[in-house]
Amino acid sequence: MLELQGLTKVYNTGDKALSDVTLSIPDGQVVALIGPSGAGKSTLIRCINRLVQPTSGSATLDDVNVTALGSAGLRKARRKMGMIFQEYALVERLTVMENVLSGRLGYVGFWRSLFRKFPQKDVDEAYRLLDRVGLLEMADKRADALSGGQRQRVGICRALIQDPSLLLVDEPTASLDPKTSRQIMRLIVELCTERGLAAIINIHDVALAQMFVQRVVGLKLGVVVFDGGPDDLLPEVLTDIYGEEDWEATIEKVDDEDEEV
Amino acid sequence: MPMSEKNGQKVWQVRTTNAQLIRWGAWLVGLAAFLYSWKEISDNTLWFMMDNVGEVVADIAGRATPPAWSFITELGRPVWDTLAIATLGTIFALIMAVPVAFLAARNTTPSRIFVRPIALLVIVSTRSVNSLIWALLLVSIVGPGVLAGLIAISIRSIGFCAKLLYEAIEEINVVQVEAIKATGASPMQVMVYGIVPQIMPAFAGIAVFRWDINIRESTVLGLVGAGGIGLALQSSLNVLAWPKVSLILLVILVAVVIGEWVSAKVRGAII
Repeated sequence: MLELQGLTKVYNTGDKALSDVTLSIPDGQVVALIGPSGAGKSTLIRCINRLVQPTSGSATLDDVNVTALGSAGLRKARRKMGMIFQEYALVERLTVMENVLSGRLGYVGFWRSLFRKFPQKDVDEAYRLLDRVGLLEMADKRADALSGGQRQRVGICRALIQDPSLLLVDEPTASLDPKTSRQIMRLIVELCTERGLAAIINIHDVALAQMFVQRVVGLKLGVVVFDGGPDDLLPEVLTDIYGEEDWEATIEKVDDEDEEV
Repeated sequence: MPMSEKNGQKVWQVRTTNAQLIRWGAWLVGLAAFLYSWKEISDNTLWFMMDNVGEVVADIAGRATPPAWSFITELGRPVWDTLAIATLGTIFALIMAVPVAFLAARNTTPSRIFVRPIALLVIVSTRSVNSLIWALLLVSIVGPGVLAGLIAISIRSIGFCAKLLYEAIEEINVVQVEAIKATGASPMQVMVYGIVPQIMPAFAGIAVFRWDINIRESTVLGLVGAGGIGLALQSSLNVLAWPKVSLILLVILVAVVIGEWVSAKVRGAII
């Protein structure tokens, strides 16, 4: 259970990126966060794991107030929040396996991580996850040798090996082609269902969001202006979030049966 | 501003008229300074010395050839010393430069107000003094020999390596660092996983580049008594043993060429 209470972020420049965001996301729920560029979507998920320090308000995950934690406590809390990035954010010069295992850094001591001596059960889990996303044979390749879709799968493995209870997903498909985008979204949602994970997914593609999630939150200038099911996203709502435009084509239902993950 | 209207047409120029005048003025001042310096140098040159330049060069060249090939057996040790000074000096410099670089880089320094200026001061002060001058100082402190040369090369290289390295650290991709932070990694783990892999190519490039420079610098350190092949050069010059001098110069040339070749190969392999 993730609860955001009056979360507000004002940057040093005076820009108010988030104002008074209050949300509650039960275990296992996958939420799409939509809104125009600059609406504060990235800031919102970064305020939850405090890559960005919120100005006021609180984020509480499983009864732990993350906003109030000191640095050691924060590191512990971050282990429970897997993050997936737009540009994959893999460490390019490390191998796929090292990238996946880096998801365990919060659990492993410094010297073990320095010499890559991860516990056997972590290694087993890494292989299991790579197999699950279909990249087992890539384990020893360097991350920069992979394609975009493959890198994002490695990013997903890195987030999942943390054994999180929440996934924070920042524009997972923005750098991918339409087909790969769907595959990645489907994979994320399936994995969330398998593991009962809650997830917040920042996404630009409204149709893609509608296809996969149970709930959509619309953000505009840092304020929540919509919160409802994917089918409630009517043209009026999109106009409210993004501005005037012909929305009929965007929210048309799209068939997707011909694809494999 | 560079845009103006003439007969209803928009006229565009790269610079405004004032900026253009200032540029012309600057060129004029530069040219005047150059011509003045030229005249000063000319006035202070003993031109009659130039009359027989050709003869002198031919004379020295005649005395210096053929090189005293048999002398090569005595050069093994000095060459080895020179390479040792360059290599060990580079290694010690890198060991000291890495922490300095992390303290100096804006994104990794513990304090921008206190620590960073100190690190920058270390970089500037070690870089600004030539290794020959460091060697002069050190010869009078630790006595003549290889050790003085080694320390001189190390100190001189700290600033160079640290400067290039901290610039590489400042240019890393921050999102990769964020991703490692987001896993709950400690600051040291973030450094090892998020930062170090990103700066490894730069580090390796800097190391071989500096080693290459240090081979050249260490060949002259002997001139002030700090060991290596420069020492042999000095003593041969003192007794005007031109055939030996020419051999030593050849050996230095070969050593430098090999050094450049190795460093080019290594850099090519890494980057």
